[in-house]
Amino acid sequence: MKVDEAKHYHKLDAVVVGAGLAGLRAALEIARSGYKTAVISKVYPTRSHSGAAQGGIAAALANVAEDSTDLHMFDTIKGSDYLADQDVVELFVNEAIKTTYELENFGVPFSRTEDGRINQRDFGGHSSPRACFSSDITGHVLLHTMYEQCLKHHVHFFNEFQVLSLLIENDISRGVVAWDIRNGGLHIFHSKAVMLATGGYGRAYKITSNAHANTGDALALILECGLPLEDMEFVQFHPTGLYKHGILLSEAARGEGAYIVNDKNERFMKTYAAAKMELAPRDVVSRAEQTEINEGRGIGGQDYVYLDLRHIGKERILERLPQVYELALNYLKVDAITSPVPIQPTAHYSMGGIPANINTEVIKDASGRVIKGLYTAGEASCLSLHGGNRLGTNSLQDAVTFGRIGGVYMNRFITENKFENLPANPLDVAKAKIAAFMEGKGKAKHAVIRAKLQEAMTKMAGVFRCEEDMLKLRGIVKECQEQFKEVTVDDKGLAYNLDLIEAFEVQNLLCFSETIVEGAIARKESRGAHFRNDFPKRDDTNWLRHTLAFRTDKGVTLDHSKEVKIFWDRYAPQERKY
Amino acid sequence: MAKVKLNVKILRYNPETDKKPYWKVYTLDTEDDVTILDVLNEIHWKIDGTLAYRRSCRSAICGSCAMKVNGRNVLACETGLHIFKSSNLKIEPLPGFRIIKDLVVDLDEFFAKLERIKPYLILKKSIPDKEFRQLPEEFHKIEESAMCILCGACTSSCPSLWANENYLGPAALLKAYRFIFDSRDDGAEERIDIINDRNGIWRCHTIFNCMEACPKKIKITEYLSKLKVKATENSI
Repeated sequence: MKVDEAKHYHKLDAVVVGAGLAGLRAALEIARSGYKTAVISKVYPTRSHSGAAQGGIAAALANVAEDSTDLHMFDTIKGSDYLADQDVVELFVNEAIKTTYELENFGVPFSRTEDGRINQRDFGGHSSPRACFSSDITGHVLLHTMYEQCLKHHVHFFNEFQVLSLLIENDISRGVVAWDIRNGGLHIFHSKAVMLATGGYGRAYKITSNAHANTGDALALILECGLPLEDMEFVQFHPTGLYKHGILLSEAARGEGAYIVNDKNERFMKTYAAAKMELAPRDVVSRAEQTEINEGRGIGGQDYVYLDLRHIGKERILERLPQVYELALNYLKVDAITSPVPIQPTAHYSMGGIPANINTEVIKDASGRVIKGLYTAGEASCLSLHGGNRLGTNSLQDAVTFGRIGGVYMNRFITENKFENLPANPLDVAKAKIAAFMEGKGKAKHAVIRAKLQEAMTKMAGVFRCEEDMLKLRGIVKECQEQFKEVTVDDKGLAYNLDLIEAFEVQNLLCFSETIVEGAIARKESRGAHFRNDFPKRDDTNWLRHTLAFRTDKGVTLDHSKEVKIFWDRYAPQERKY
Repeated sequence: MAKVKLNVKILRYNPETDKKPYWKVYTLDTEDDVTILDVLNEIHWKIDGTLAYRRSCRSAICGSCAMKVNGRNVLACETGLHIFKSSNLKIEPLPGFRIIKDLVVDLDEFFAKLERIKPYLILKKSIPDKEFRQLPEEFHKIEESAMCILCGACTSSCPSLWANENYLGPAALLKAYRFIFDSRDDGAEERIDIINDRNGIWRCHTIFNCMEACPKKIKITEYLSKLKVKATENSI
């Protein structure tokens, strides 16, 4: 190690990248076992996007109506359009109950039933009121409570650090390299175990509910290491994005009884999902909405429909949906008590991600061989719990449950293993990235390229897809990648260089976006959130398979040999109707 | 929606090159229905890449983008141009904190103060198999205080803090309220010991700035007053 590298060298048992619910829950598990644990986050932890989740966290507590883990499992599998790995779902629904009580015991302020238990509400695709909630700020109170627990257990926080490379050699993880956003400079985090929990990749799209920070950073770093991503073509579009902004209006609005109507004031879901109506799963509702818009029945013929809460009444809106109310008022100047709210589908959740086994260990191929010491959880990961489409409120539960499970396995790994040596010249990859932007001669602007990518992705890899569009999109992504080689930044300084951070982020978007496109071109069927106009049926004969996408010198290569784990005697695929 | 020509004055500071902050003016054409964050993005992406500010969720829940606009602490993301009724904007970092760069301030001490009040349940009873029972009225006592997004707008607006940087400030004290008044918590005495101090609750002079600055409209001053009553009861 050279002298300048030693200055910012940290040796810790575990490093968690990302301070959302999954990362914090993992860190808590490790720190309270007495191991030295760092959380590296590009924002202050309470700024993480888990906090934007509104409606609830799923667990079959049966506090307000009959429910069971079997039913939760069936709903999740059906919701996934049979692409979920059923062993993962089974573990999840059972652990969810324990996880939720533990959250309450940590101090999460849940809304309550009259007799003081955790209150639960209806949510799309769930056949019982299963969403444990705190008004409509459930993610917010969970995130804050988890952060506070981490403070209690002395997790070391490295706030405002951008991870630039993973240190993996001979299939063993050895740590990460990160850029100190506030002061500038590279830091080496040398650890036995690493967890990647950087969240979703919605920022590949123009209309999205995702935060600016959701640029799938760890996913791109995985591809750079020659490792695969799984099921990237499955991107969930949430039906109730605030018109033009894409900001999330919670599904809890529909859980509390809100209608979705078209220009003729028809509750059009009766045509698409007569039994479940507005509470069909998100992929179904988004497609219905987009169809209405495409066929000219958007409001005034435009590209939006209405979310109508008026019949719910002022008191219940303000008690149960205060955030939904404020968002409509502040961003669209619409008073939801007296007027319907303009909405459109918005890129919301990334079902795809870093492939991992049921213990959250990152795998390197379809046969399931692991990268030792490398873990992933939450939206960044693909275990695959959500398959082709996630049910609302299953994501918060996924983050906390698999964050905890990941922490347990990381503890075991840390106990049983010694520190591995760092690779030679650990800073090289990160240094090259910085030099290209800071010292390059090109004149291209990352913001311009990002806008072009996002626009094209929303238009051609959105709710409805077809081969013709996506072949064009393939070309656009390639073009963007070429143009990006000429990107330099205006800001050449060290202190809080936002320009540089955004350059890293756009680089990441461009890196993984082609795996979304290639996965979607290859999957010639419609399943869950992936809908092909040219192949409108689900094809269980050929496609009960996951997609693994690798990035090579020759472009993206796909491997479809990883079969979905199905319990054929219990949850064999059947027609998916709501 | 109409076109508007904006004059945006931003307080700039780069610690590597500037001795002190200075004003820089940007002019841009935009629509009148955009937000302050949209304006900053427009400048950063198209005019001047060196501008630094924090932002993330853009839906008023992450708390990243609190700053001072035309004299008021606001969240840039949820604040529309229309509320200022002017095409002249003056944007500066949250007052009362050290500037790291441009609109980015150092919040480490702000978060450290939060940690000082022990922001987690302190339990002396045993943990139940399921949830602790908490009645709806008990939940409602803490519900609003739990809505705090830790954006710093309140603490930054507090004259008591400007005068004494050791003051815990409204955000940390609100967090103390959230736990002291949680029916599940057994740590009230411990926490009151921490806040019953000249740099604690008693440095709140009921000025109400915090309440006016809070983007979540939390009745902070009211909760802090309840803490004062509690602290007094405990010391008698």
